Amino acid sequence: MNDVNRRSFLKTGAAVGGGLLVGFQLPVKGQTAGLSKLNAFVKVGTDDTVTLEIHKAEMGQGTVTSLSQLLAEELECDWKKIRTEFPGVEPVYGSPMMGTYGSLSIRTSWQPLRQAGASAREMLVQAAAQQWKVDKSQCRAENSAVVNTATGTKLTYGALAEAAAKLPAPASVPLKTAAQYKVIGTSPKRLDTPSKVNGTAGFGLDVRRPGMLYASLERCPVFGGKVASFDGSKAMAVPGVKKVVQISNGVAVIADDTWSAMEGRKALIVKWDEGKWANVSTPGLRQEWAALAAKPGQSVRKAGDAAATFAGAVKKVEAVYEAPYLSHAPMEPLNATVEVRPDGCDIWVASQIQSAAQQVAAQITGLPAGKCLIHTQYLGGGFGRRGGADYVGEAVEIAKVMSPVPVKLTWTREDDLQHDTYRPASYVKFSGGLDAQGLPVSFSARVVCPPFGGNTTPVEGIHDMKYAIPNVQVDYTAPDTGTPVSYWRSVGYSQNTYFMEAFIDEMAAAAGADPVEFRRKLLAGTPRLLNVLNIAADKGDWGKPLSAGRFRGVAVVNNIGSFNAQVAEVSVSQGKVKVHRVVCAVDCGQVINPAIVEAQIQSGIVYGLSTVTKLGITLDKGRVVQKNFNNYDPIRIDEMPVVEVHIVPSRENPGGIGEASTPTIVPAVVNAVYAATKKRVRMLPVKPADLV
Amino acid sequence: MAAVKFTLNGKSQTVDVVPQMPLLWALRDTLGMTGTKFGCGMALCGACTVHINGQPTRSCVTQVATVAGKSVTTIEGLSSDSSHPVQRAWIEADVPQCGYCQSGQIMTAAALVAKTANPSDSDIDEAMRGNLCRCGTYQAIRQAVHLAARYQAQAKGGAR
Repeated sequence: MNDVNRRSFLKTGAAVGGGLLVGFQLPVKGQTAGLSKLNAFVKVGTDDTVTLEIHKAEMGQGTVTSLSQLLAEELECDWKKIRTEFPGVEPVYGSPMMGTYGSLSIRTSWQPLRQAGASAREMLVQAAAQQWKVDKSQCRAENSAVVNTATGTKLTYGALAEAAAKLPAPASVPLKTAAQYKVIGTSPKRLDTPSKVNGTAGFGLDVRRPGMLYASLERCPVFGGKVASFDGSKAMAVPGVKKVVQISNGVAVIADDTWSAMEGRKALIVKWDEGKWANVSTPGLRQEWAALAAKPGQSVRKAGDAAATFAGAVKKVEAVYEAPYLSHAPMEPLNATVEVRPDGCDIWVASQIQSAAQQVAAQITGLPAGKCLIHTQYLGGGFGRRGGADYVGEAVEIAKVMSPVPVKLTWTREDDLQHDTYRPASYVKFSGGLDAQGLPVSFSARVVCPPFGGNTTPVEGIHDMKYAIPNVQVDYTAPDTGTPVSYWRSVGYSQNTYFMEAFIDEMAAAAGADPVEFRRKLLAGTPRLLNVLNIAADKGDWGKPLSAGRFRGVAVVNNIGSFNAQVAEVSVSQGKVKVHRVVCAVDCGQVINPAIVEAQIQSGIVYGLSTVTKLGITLDKGRVVQKNFNNYDPIRIDEMPVVEVHIVPSRENPGGIGEASTPTIVPAVVNAVYAATKKRVRMLPVKPADLV
Repeated sequence: MAAVKFTLNGKSQTVDVVPQMPLLWALRDTLGMTGTKFGCGMALCGACTVHINGQPTRSCVTQVATVAGKSVTTIEGLSSDSSHPVQRAWIEADVPQCGYCQSGQIMTAAALVAKTANPSDSDIDEAMRGNLCRCGTYQAIRQAVHLAARYQAQAKGGAR
């Protein structure tokens, strides 16, 4: 897009404020002739193809399909003629940040994308009315054509596209009511599946540019460490190696192919200045955090007087819970392909936050951000990891040295596990008091967790718990460990829902109450959460006899604007936990694509389940102990339970789904493990020795 | 450097690289066949699975020199039009989420149904447990392998 186009693009975009851009009238440079852009999200070709701009990254959560459904519902286009593409960074696609995070894609696109579809449809209808010289009330859009209802004549969208693109966007177009939906609420086949079964889907790692070289980067094994000195002569002697360069984060080897770069890297001799975190170890951190949890922290939530009511409680429950650091480990190792030239920079990357990738490229190259073009590829998993731009910055630094030669930087799996921005470890001290009737009168939590996200991110899932308890005190203390931390699927809820729901189970047991009954009494104020609890309990056969050796556990959460409850069925044999069945009830408001919702629930359950018995990142002498999938081994197909999903029909505005089921699976399973063994799982991952 | 000659997706192929280079990188970087994926480099995740003389093999730990004279099939060569029963089943069941591991999953499943016409759930678990999926498509994979077995049986029936 040239500057004139770009300016008018931004101007009209700003006029309607985020999300929707209408009235864009200029031809799109670089596109096939005859492709008219009706707004920022919709292009119509003279061959009747409809190209939809998918401004949210596709990392498996189904955005290519579900966002297309939002557009197509109002656009009245033929689903079979839809094409999609990932646009570059523009304010209209997210301001101040273009990105995909927080299970927000549907929630933030729900209104603007339907409006964009409706607006484009209205322009096509208007164009037809003008051509026929009739009132537009005599025209109806259906199946990628406009029909003259008086004569039955049709004009296809392709035939109308050029004329429509010259029209001003309508001021406002009413959207369909739920009863009129034809596409929303249905499960058409995913648009990305065909390319993902024949090897043609373009992931970040698959990018190839003419003359491209390949890089591998040796980083300090201790976080925050720096290169003291290095000798690259042996690396240069490895066949295929072209250059060895130091960048801010380590020493890069650049070669003719990935393997030669990795071989060259093995031959590097680097002396590190390991810095101040070289003595950090997991046992040491646990001791430090236990000491911190002995004292009050910063008060995050206070209601009544939790300490006094606890002192006077009939029954008292106290427990300490701990969760480890976790790595994201998406299947596609991190990578970026970058070409730096004097006049601009191109970045081909699978990124969750394209704006961050663009900004880091602008900082490193000194080029204006608008000259740093982000070409979004399919993401081979994200889970929060690809929200960072650290790997993009490394690639830009290397490509700047190699300019104008394009360079692809590929992380190894070892790099991925040892240089992640981790889900923080956390340590929580709970106390709860019950009255003579077995109802909770006090609840307090002291959370010790490295700071990440906003002020309440490390305590989300605890400070905002929905149980009606009159006296509540939640405190937070932020230790510093030097270990980089960030968002991991479901963020603070990933550890805190485990803590909260396992501790509530402890309180239920102390009260002598059934875990479902105990929760029901306390959730009357949150009817949608109570409803999913009831559905999960019903569909999960709560209270009904089980086959020998099987036991049930339950858990609930309200996060990302959605509600879910799970009942897990497990057996424990010689300390080994097997999860047989998980019944999940979810209320995520209006569903766009039920099949994708079900897939996301299964996905989130698998992601969380791996952390119950298998995954944990530990530190020794400042170094991450886990190196590859041999000692960071997620669950495999033979460990997959049967998952049953029950979706609550709803016309409420959509909630999120990508992170809905990850928090709940962990406590549902450990509560079932308690039912099976009478042992509380207060630290993850749980090992057989802990349960025998 | 030494030229290695083998059959790739039914066609004669010569590749001139360091003989120790894993087949994975020769395919991806030298030959531009990027359907086969890098996941771990240690035969732990199965993303790089290809068939060598029909056997599912981890290309990330297979030196290119060892495939001399052999027949290599990658996801690109499984069929020319996604018509292999496993690909058809994967489409019908909409298995992929992010999709990155699916080339490897499909190659392993194709080898399974070629050997075991009607695999049980435990056959599937046994054959597929070497292929990691972080998106958690396992339940869909189980369904799709059963479906692929049915498609394969129908195709054989039709040819009779």
